[in-house]
Amino acid sequence: MESILEIQEQQSKLKMTPAATPSSVLNNFVPVSDDHKIIARDINAYFGKVQALKNISLSIPGNSVVAIIGPSGCGKSTFLRSINRMHEIIPGSKITGSLTLDGQDIYQMDAVMVRKRIGMVFQKPNPFPTMSIFDNVAAGLKMNGMRRKAPLKEIVEKSLRQAALWDEVKDSLSKGGTSLSGGQQQRLCIARTLAVNPEVILMDEPASALDPISTSKIEELIYELKKQYTIVIVTHNMQQAARVSDFTAFFYLGQLIEYDETKAIFTNPHLKQTEDYITGRFG
Amino acid sequence: MELQLHENTVTGSKQKLHTHNFGDVVFKNLLRFFAFLILALVILMAYEMYATSRLSIDKFGWHFFVTSIWDPVQKNFGALPFIYGTLVSSFIALLIALPLSLGIAIFLSEIAPPFVEKPVSFLVELLAGIPSIVYGIWGFFVMVPWLRKSIEPGLSKYFGTLPLFQGAPYGVGMLAAGIILSIMILPIITSISRDVLKAVPRSQKEAALALGSTRWEATRIALSYARSGIIGATILGLGRALGETMAVTMVIGNRPTISASLLAPSYTMASVLANEFTEATSDMYISALIEIALALFIITIIVNTFARLLVWAATKNSESFERL
Ligand SMILES: Nc1ncnc2c1ncn2[C@@H]1O[C@H](COP(=O)(O)OP(=O)(O)O)[C@@H](O)[C@H]1O
Ligand SMILES: [Mg+2]
Repeated sequence: MESILEIQEQQSKLKMTPAATPSSVLNNFVPVSDDHKIIARDINAYFGKVQALKNISLSIPGNSVVAIIGPSGCGKSTFLRSINRMHEIIPGSKITGSLTLDGQDIYQMDAVMVRKRIGMVFQKPNPFPTMSIFDNVAAGLKMNGMRRKAPLKEIVEKSLRQAALWDEVKDSLSKGGTSLSGGQQQRLCIARTLAVNPEVILMDEPASALDPISTSKIEELIYELKKQYTIVIVTHNMQQAARVSDFTAFFYLGQLIEYDETKAIFTNPHLKQTEDYITGRFG
Repeated sequence: MELQLHENTVTGSKQKLHTHNFGDVVFKNLLRFFAFLILALVILMAYEMYATSRLSIDKFGWHFFVTSIWDPVQKNFGALPFIYGTLVSSFIALLIALPLSLGIAIFLSEIAPPFVEKPVSFLVELLAGIPSIVYGIWGFFVMVPWLRKSIEPGLSKYFGTLPLFQGAPYGVGMLAAGIILSIMILPIITSISRDVLKAVPRSQKEAALALGSTRWEATRIALSYARSGIIGATILGLGRALGETMAVTMVIGNRPTISASLLAPSYTMASVLANEFTEATSDMYISALIEIALALFIITIIVNTFARLLVWAATKNSESFERL
């Protein structure tokens, strides 16, 4: 508990004098910085009376991959879902604090608009079973009112290529989206998200339901997507976090324990708690 | 099939099955017997009706289903007006009830807070429990006069040029039958659709919302996911409408004619059976009535088979999804 308090203290100091954090002494990393893409300050999230997030402050640099790690139930998904305002659709939920996207207050924007700019990929692949592969990818565009065939086709192809699925499905676009394998379905869901042209992609354990080969495909994909998008990925797979992310945040019991460059977290964590979790001593 | 599965998973080894599960074997055969009993009953009923209606079948042949004469005195019978009345009144009922039911179901499953959903659902289900004679009496004493005085004169005044609304406003007639049937099938379509919509995985709605859909668009995704169940609910409603007897008999006017006008009196297969069975004196008359019963039986089977095929086609996709 002591260490949690400690880091929180560090963080609150940090807001005033960002350069004074121990991590930044090592590598100039600033957990909350004004020029980052997404900035969360003092986020508290609740399910009824249960508080799932406690005073989370962290920011996410553009065009990078941020991994969120931590044991089950520590609030990783809740944090992710508070970024694209999916938390609020759960009855009885509540959230306080401030979240900005490019300096704009996410909670002052239209939720529909937020979700167009911040896409999400879920833990279990969830393509629309009544739609073809093509229509699954086009679903978001059609909802936005795009009806003309030519641009739809173009974007669907582009998105499927980006999701590294095009070659596997180009001859069967009219087949049902659920006729694909689990890994393909997840890449279809990624393509569906990309088609709406978001700036940020949130991924909640996107590979946890997949086999190792599909998992590595998704990881390669994340590496590619980083060039154009900002990605926040929740994972309970430490190696995955180490492989795909630039920055890693360690959550525990609804609190942010440590947030740093991934290299630093995995080679030289500042807190014993982080080290214990990373080395598998608990969690 | 399911029993097979049960044996394999529960007992594991075959030996155990043979030696220790005497009860299972008895139970299984008992169930098998009941299943066959139902099948046998259906076949027996069809045969019995066929045998009793032989007189009419032999005399009129296929003409029975395409002619409109219903003359017990001359012993000349054709069932077309009844078939027409049954199909059209049920169709009107669906036309009215389906959008209403879907609207209520969407409201209950997607929008209403629990303290609204619970009592409203209860009321809707209460509607299903009201005996049909009560609907009939309400229809006859309340709805029919209302149609005659307030609705139908307006319809014939403003839309009288359309064949649909020609003729004198009697109150009783095809429109009244369609409306009363729609009220009667509304609960079943509503409650099943609501259940089906509530069973749509949250992940589907979340997928839609996360793509930047509005609440309505997310609901459309849910509707599309639930469509086979909604089709099933609709067909169940249609099944009820086709066979509904008392309430319809009281408001349809009971006149065996075919008219394009919704205001004109009509007759259904079930109604003619209820009305005329007791007064059917000649063998030919009884035989003709039973042939109508047989036809109603067959139509119901065709409708249900068609429904099953639809549902089967619609669920093919989502099954492969669930296998994941
Ligand atoms: N829909 C919900 N209703 C109530 N409590 C929830 C709900 N979802 C999550 N929680 C609670 O919030 C906490 C954080 O959950 P979550 O963010 O899903 O954790 P993680 O993704 O890290 O496993 C847990 O204690 C969990 O029990
Ligand atoms: Mg989670």
